[in-house]
Parts: sequence; C-alpha cells; structure tokens
Amino acid sequence: MPGNTYVKARLSVNGHRHELELDTRVSLLDCLREHLGLTGTKKGCDQGACGACTVLLDGERVNSCLVLAVQCEDAEITTIEGLAEAGRAMREAFVRHDALQCGYCTPGQICSAVAMLAEYEAGVPSAVGAPGLTDAEIRERLAGNLCRCGAYNGILAAVREVSR
Amino acid sequence: MKPFSYVTATDLSSAIGVATAESKYLAGGTNLVDLMRAGIETPDRLVDISRLPLAEIEDLPEGGLRIGALARNTRVTADARIRDRYPLLSQAILNGASPQLRNRATVGGNLLQRTRCGYFYDRHSACNKREPGAGCDALDGFNRMHAILGASESCIAVHPSDMCVALAALDAVVNIAGRDPVPLVDFHRLPGDTPHIETVLRPGELITSIDLPPALPGHSVYLKVRDRASYAFALVSVAVLVSMEDGRAASVRIALGGVAHKPWRAYEAERLLTGTSLDEDLIHQAAEQALADARPREHNAFKPELARRLIHRALKGTIS
Repeated sequence: MPGNTYVKARLSVNGHRHELELDTRVSLLDCLREHLGLTGTKKGCDQGACGACTVLLDGERVNSCLVLAVQCEDAEITTIEGLAEAGRAMREAFVRHDALQCGYCTPGQICSAVAMLAEYEAGVPSAVGAPGLTDAEIRERLAGNLCRCGAYNGILAAVREVSR
Repeated sequence: MKPFSYVTATDLSSAIGVATAESKYLAGGTNLVDLMRAGIETPDRLVDISRLPLAEIEDLPEGGLRIGALARNTRVTADARIRDRYPLLSQAILNGASPQLRNRATVGGNLLQRTRCGYFYDRHSACNKREPGAGCDALDGFNRMHAILGASESCIAVHPSDMCVALAALDAVVNIAGRDPVPLVDFHRLPGDTPHIETVLRPGELITSIDLPPALPGHSVYLKVRDRASYAFALVSVAVLVSMEDGRAASVRIALGGVAHKPWRAYEAERLLTGTSLDEDLIHQAAEQALADARPREHNAFKPELARRLIHRALKGTIS
C-alpha cells in the first residue's frame, strides 16, 4: 500500500471548522452523519441516484455520497442544519403544502430546492429552457431528488410558492 | 471499498509523477467513487487533480474553443460562448445526469465514464469488461439498454455519456498531456475481444482539455429518448448538425448515443445527405443507411427503428 490511508482533514461545516483524522474512504455523507453527528443529511441509495444526501459544497448542490470527505479540504459545506433563512422559508412551504409523507427525502429536497433557485437566478440553464420558472422547469431542475412516497405535487407547490 | 492512499496534486507534472499503474486520477469522482464502492475500481492510490489549473474555457486563435478537462459540466452548459456557438453541447450535457451530478462532474471525467451495464456493475455476473475472459452475461440476459452497432461477442455494453455524442458531432479533439491530440471519434474504442480497454488513454496519462473547432453556421438538435422524462440514461439519443448554403446541405453531421460502445458517427448517412436539399426520401434513406449494420439482441429490437425515427425527427428539426 503506497502511503497513508488515514489523513488529517480540515472541514468547514455550517460555519464551524473541524479537524478530523479520517480513513480516506469516508464519504462526505458518512463524515457528516457519523463523525460530526449531523444526521439531517440522509443516506438513501449511496450511489448518486436518489438525491437524499444533497448538501451544498461551496454553495453548489452535490450528492454527498459521491464526494470523499478528504476532497473537501478548504471547502464550505452547508447542510440542512445550516441552511438558515432560505432553508426556513422552504421548510415552512413544505409543511404548508404537505410536500412529504415519510420525510426521508425532505432534507435533500430542501437543500436541492434552495440551491436550484440560486442556480436559476445565476442563469444556469436546464434542458427545458422555457422562459420563466414554470412548473416544467421546476420539475426538471429537481429531477435529481427522488421521493418514493410520491409527494411531488406538494414539493412542486412549495417550491413554486417560495420562488415567487 | 479497498483502502487507498490519497495525494493532492499541485501541478501537472507532479500529478503524472505520483501516478502509478494501480492509481487513479480523481476529479469530480461522481463515477469513480461509485465504482470503488461497488468494488469494480480498486485503485491503491487516488491522485486528486481537482486543484490543477485545468478548469478554464478559452477562445482558440482560429475561432474554436478550448474546454479545460476540469471544467464542471454545469459550468460548460452555462458558458455564454458555448450556448451561443455550440448549443448542441450545452443541450446534450443538460440532458444527462442531474443538476447535483453536473455540478460536480468534470468534462474529462465525462469522457471516461464507464458503462452502466447491469452485469458490469454486478460482481456476481460474468463480465469481460470487469474480468477479461469471464464471459458476458448480457448477451443472453436482460439486454434492453445494450448495443446494436459495433458490438462483439465479448461485450454489448454502451457508452453512457450524452456529452460525448455532441462532441463526436462537433469534431472535438481530446488533448492529452505528453502526446498528440486525439480526435474524439477515435478516443473511445469498440469492444472487440478487449472490452476492458475502453479508450486510447494509457495508464497514467491525463486528459488536459477538449478543443472544439470553429462552429459551423447552421442548426443543431440533440434528441434523447429514455425511460422517464429526466435523469435517466439514453435508450437512444442523436446529435445532428446541419449547415445549409443556398438551399443545399454544405455539411451534415449525425452522431448516435445509446447504441454502441462509443459515440457513433453515421458517416455513410452524412455522405448521402451532403450537397442535397435534404428532401424527405433522402432523409429516410439516410436513416436506413445509419442503421443498416444494426444487430439487435433479444430485448432491444426496438432500438434500430427508434434510432431511425430520431434521426428523421432531428434532421427535420434542423431544417425547420
């Protein structure tokens, strides 16, 4: 084995700095949940297919199961626990519109939706390409977050409300 | 996952210097980390190249564009020059994966994506790509997603990238540190009897950028058919680029995705259409020609007809 398979990693999560000694194999998702106790971020498929583990990495939404914690040195990570005001508005809209049943995908949905609105504002295009944030646009831009309960109509209504 | 050491590369030569036969370069990691977790990729060292200065998108002197290998997929789709001059590329990338994956995945990594063939991913199945000589369970298995062109008795897997289909149509060129550039259409290999060798990239070599030649005037269309409206791999996709001059097609490019082990250029069909006014009969003939050598398997017999119809619709879309 060439070199060390444990490394020191400095992570900044929700504005707090952490210095950890980690096995290089630890994903950002497992690091958040198992090493930092931030269990709001959920593990669904653990293969980048469901979006339940969505967090913001330097402001951009990513699947934390496909990121190694050691890759996040010097990056700023924001989880559902740290979303603050933007997260509160989205959370309340989710409750108002009944945008969940079991709730397991919800933290990922909310992180994704908050980042999606920022992407849209920044001019990031989508495959739909309609003018305005139409329902079709919102659905396409949130396609990376699956909901096994099928609460999509509520999610759509919540995100639509916050976007206005 | 097999234990591995981790090294952060600070410049190109040190990245190549610390790479070994058993190491892998790590950029976005969206495919590699997944494959490592599944026990399919087993590097003993990851060389993190994500901090190398290879993420820029730059104009080339003769009018083309150079996209750094580390440019994130989202960044490429949002770049004003790409949306303006190469909308085909932006569209193709936006039709692949999810926003989360596109935010993370790089252009170089997209080229090196590995097939999503279920037998390749399942370590209990026979797969010549994962274990040379083991056989191929896809041949007589659930092969609905699999290849109809250029496949072999060793492997019928398809290349999963949307981006590469557009790059094939755009005559893109892959720049690799320390060797001559390779046209995108020659970068990926057909499976033959060595399906585990997927590209011309040799161990330790590093893609630095992709060059797009000056954009052709004209219209382009990317169409993709998949099992759900978004976030799924292609059953069949097509990238079409047409340049009309005085009512005649000065240039026609047709590339197919989801049909072969590599992005598939339909050169014969292009030749048939070049110089013509693209009338209905000829478009039908060209679509027939593009799929003339198709060899479907038990569960993907629908693919040739689907591909013909997509070619037809895309060509009509570029004319209208």
